[in-house]
Amino acid sequence: MRHQVKGRKLSRTASHRKATMRALTAALVKEHRIVTTVAKAKELRRFVEPLITRAKEDTHHNRKEVFSSLQDKNIVTKLFTEVGPTCKDRPGGYTRVIRLGFRQGDGAEMAVIELVDYNDIQPEGKTTKKKRTRRAGKTNTPTSTAKEAPKTEAPVAEEEVAEEVVAEEAEVTAEAADESSEEETEEK
Amino acid sequence: MAHPKRKTSKARRDKRRSHHAIADVTLAKCSNCGALHKYHHACPECGYYRGRQVVNVAN
Repeated sequence: MRHQVKGRKLSRTASHRKATMRALTAALVKEHRIVTTVAKAKELRRFVEPLITRAKEDTHHNRKEVFSSLQDKNIVTKLFTEVGPTCKDRPGGYTRVIRLGFRQGDGAEMAVIELVDYNDIQPEGKTTKKKRTRRAGKTNTPTSTAKEAPKTEAPVAEEEVAEEVVAEEAEVTAEAADESSEEETEEK
Repeated sequence: MAHPKRKTSKARRDKRRSHHAIADVTLAKCSNCGALHKYHHACPECGYYRGRQVVNVAN
C-alpha cells in the first residue's frame, strides 16, 4: 500500500530537494517560464502554487511565511509586488506544464512550466524568431520578392531614411529607458 | 529440484514473444504547421501547443 506517500524525491536528500525547489522557484518568478524535466516541473507546482496564493495578499505575515520557504528577499519582493497582483483573480492553477519531448543525453522528458497569467510576454519574441524559420521553408519566394521589389525602386534613399529613423528611435528609447527605468522595474 | 525436461524450441520461444511488441506511438497533426507530434506534447517543428506558441524551436 502506498498510503500517505506524496510528492517526488527527485533522487535527492531533503535539503537538496529543498534547494532545488528554491532555485526553480526563483527562476520561475524571474522568467515566468522555464524549461526543466517533467518531474521537476510537476513537483514545482506543489511548491510554488501555495506561495503564489500567499502572495496575493500582501501582509507582513504572508511575506514572512513565504520567506521561510524561499530565503531570498528579492524573489519574495518580486513575488508579492508583481506575480501576486497579476494572479489576483485566479483561484489557483497559476502554472501550466507542457511536455516538450525527450532530452538528448539522458533521455529525460522535458517540459515548459510557465505562469498562466504571463501569457503574452515571451511568446511574442518567440513568434518573431519562428517567422524566420518559416521564411526559410514555405513562404520563401513571396516574402523575398515583396522585399526586393521596393528596394530596387529607391534603394539608396530608403536606406538613408531608415538609418536616420533608427538612430532617432535609439536615442529616444535610450532617454525614455533612463527616465522610466525605476517605474518599469516596479511595474514588472 | 525441478528442472526443464526439454530445451525450449525456437517455435515455442518465438510464440511466447509474440505479445512482446511495443505499441506504436500515437501521433497527431499539428494544427499550426501540419507536422506530426505526440499527443499532449508541444509540436517539435513549430513549438505550438493548442494554438499557442509555447517554445522557441528555431535555435
